[in-house]
Amino acid sequence: MTMAEKIATREAYGNALAEFGEKYPNFVVLDADLAAATKTGVFKKKFPERFFDCGIAEGNMMSVAAGLAAAGKIPFASTFAMFAAGRAFEQIRNSIGYPHLNVKIGATHAGITVGEDGATHQCNEDLATMRSIPGMTIINPADAVEARAAVEAAINYVGPVYMRFGRLAIPVFNDAATYKFEWGKGVQLAEGKDVTIIATGVMVDMALSARATLAAEGIDARVINIHTIKPLDREIVLAAARETGALVVAEEHNIIGGLGSAVAECLCEACPVPMMRVGVEDTFGRSGKVPALLEYYGLTPANIVAKAKAAIALKK
Amino acid sequence: MEQAKIKALKQTAAQVRLGVLEAVFSASSGHPGGSLSITDILTYLYFEEMNIDPANPKMEGRDRLVLSKGHTAPALYSVLANRGYFDVELLKTFRQVDSILQGHPDMKHIPGVEMTTGSLGLGISAACGMALAAKIDGKDYRTYAMLGDGETQEGQVWEALMFGAHYKLDNLCIVIDWNGLQIDGRITDLMNPTPYDKKLEAFGWNVISIDGHDFEQIAAAFDAAKTCKGKPTAIIATTTKGKGVSFMEDQASWHGTAPNAEQYAQAVAEIKASVAE
Repeated sequence: MTMAEKIATREAYGNALAEFGEKYPNFVVLDADLAAATKTGVFKKKFPERFFDCGIAEGNMMSVAAGLAAAGKIPFASTFAMFAAGRAFEQIRNSIGYPHLNVKIGATHAGITVGEDGATHQCNEDLATMRSIPGMTIINPADAVEARAAVEAAINYVGPVYMRFGRLAIPVFNDAATYKFEWGKGVQLAEGKDVTIIATGVMVDMALSARATLAAEGIDARVINIHTIKPLDREIVLAAARETGALVVAEEHNIIGGLGSAVAECLCEACPVPMMRVGVEDTFGRSGKVPALLEYYGLTPANIVAKAKAAIALKK
Repeated sequence: MEQAKIKALKQTAAQVRLGVLEAVFSASSGHPGGSLSITDILTYLYFEEMNIDPANPKMEGRDRLVLSKGHTAPALYSVLANRGYFDVELLKTFRQVDSILQGHPDMKHIPGVEMTTGSLGLGISAACGMALAAKIDGKDYRTYAMLGDGETQEGQVWEALMFGAHYKLDNLCIVIDWNGLQIDGRITDLMNPTPYDKKLEAFGWNVISIDGHDFEQIAAAFDAAKTCKGKPTAIIATTTKGKGVSFMEDQASWHGTAPNAEQYAQAVAEIKASVAE
């Protein structure tokens, strides 16, 4: 791996909408006065007649999206994760989820990497609320290449999708020329036999760093990227449990209700093995520079390393 | 409108009312009051106004109605059944565990139901989305939404009203069923959303006020809505909650209560007598 260029997944999202606009003329984009931040503005510039700002009214936007989908359009409804999965939870649940309408929710600024805006805007609960909606697919891409591919996959999938994007520019580790997005499939990024690090979103690149540190100490860690949080790829999780006997799950989300919970639910029903969680430990975010926040909340390769060792120590 | 047509509509509306009562009585639950207040308007829409085909509920280019006040599903189900979307016998299964007729409208399983509703305030937004889709696709179908007056206390309704006017959705027509009552009492006492006409005009809507039980006024309002260009139309329909059943009329207590056998028999008799020759 060479020194990767850094791009935010929200950037890739906006660019992908603009890129695929011509190929897929039936999708439209909604935003709630955040087009500059969610990057749907890139699409708006290219396809102004297919972009509809809803103003600062996220609940209405989600139900409007449902109506558009019921009438045959493919709407992407964009706002910050907090105002999609948080404020508009009920509209997503009742207008989109219950009738299983073909709406794509493009939720940006998820997690604490929002940075300086602080706790009100740092959504660490969206995976939990969205996971609880029957039939909702949840995609949390780990880099710009994956985000772009996920957008195209979402256009072609029929049904509601919650797509989680970040504000922070993060390393691009996937190869754009060869990357293939497989709906619902985890991606094994590195083989390993002592422990498995399952990561999603911004934590995937950190998982790879943690693996290198562990390797230097003689610990062979498998690394799996889970871009589809729901439905969870149970096969890849259970194979990792059977073959490595211990897991760490790392996510930029509350340790309650997100990927860690999903993996734990899967393990305890089918193959109980020790598992540790790296995430925001059931607390609210705060203002700060992103590197300081990542350190503050333990969203670091060092914490993944520590938790990996703790999981290994719990093996019988 | 010809007297014969008015008479026929009244007969049809009576059948729809009987279906409402049968559904709610069979379920021992449901919302008769607000169902009976919208029956005449829904009857007019489905039997006279809307371009629809009960044999082909998903017909391309059909007009659409969203029952934003989804708790009055008995009225929608009864009008759909009487219009031929499904067997009227199904009304007896309302709210039963193995029935398609869910307590609130379910677009996935009920022919003719265009949007899943029940949580107040969401339906008008969905109707905006459908109307916007027609504009995007250059189609000429019309979208209708039926709102409760109490429902207008939901903030999302006003978000949708802004949206509809902003995007000049003149292919959208909403009806506010102004029966004046909500679960806990009279809406003007509880949380007064009026004056509707001035507020809706200020929000950029074409506003028409009618008696929601007068078929000539109903017909004239929907005709006028179609000719209004550049803005959506809101019909403010003054209605009587529980219309047609003496002991239910203008009683908040009949918002979500089913009649017992004796009350059901009396209600049926009153509805039948109202259209007897």
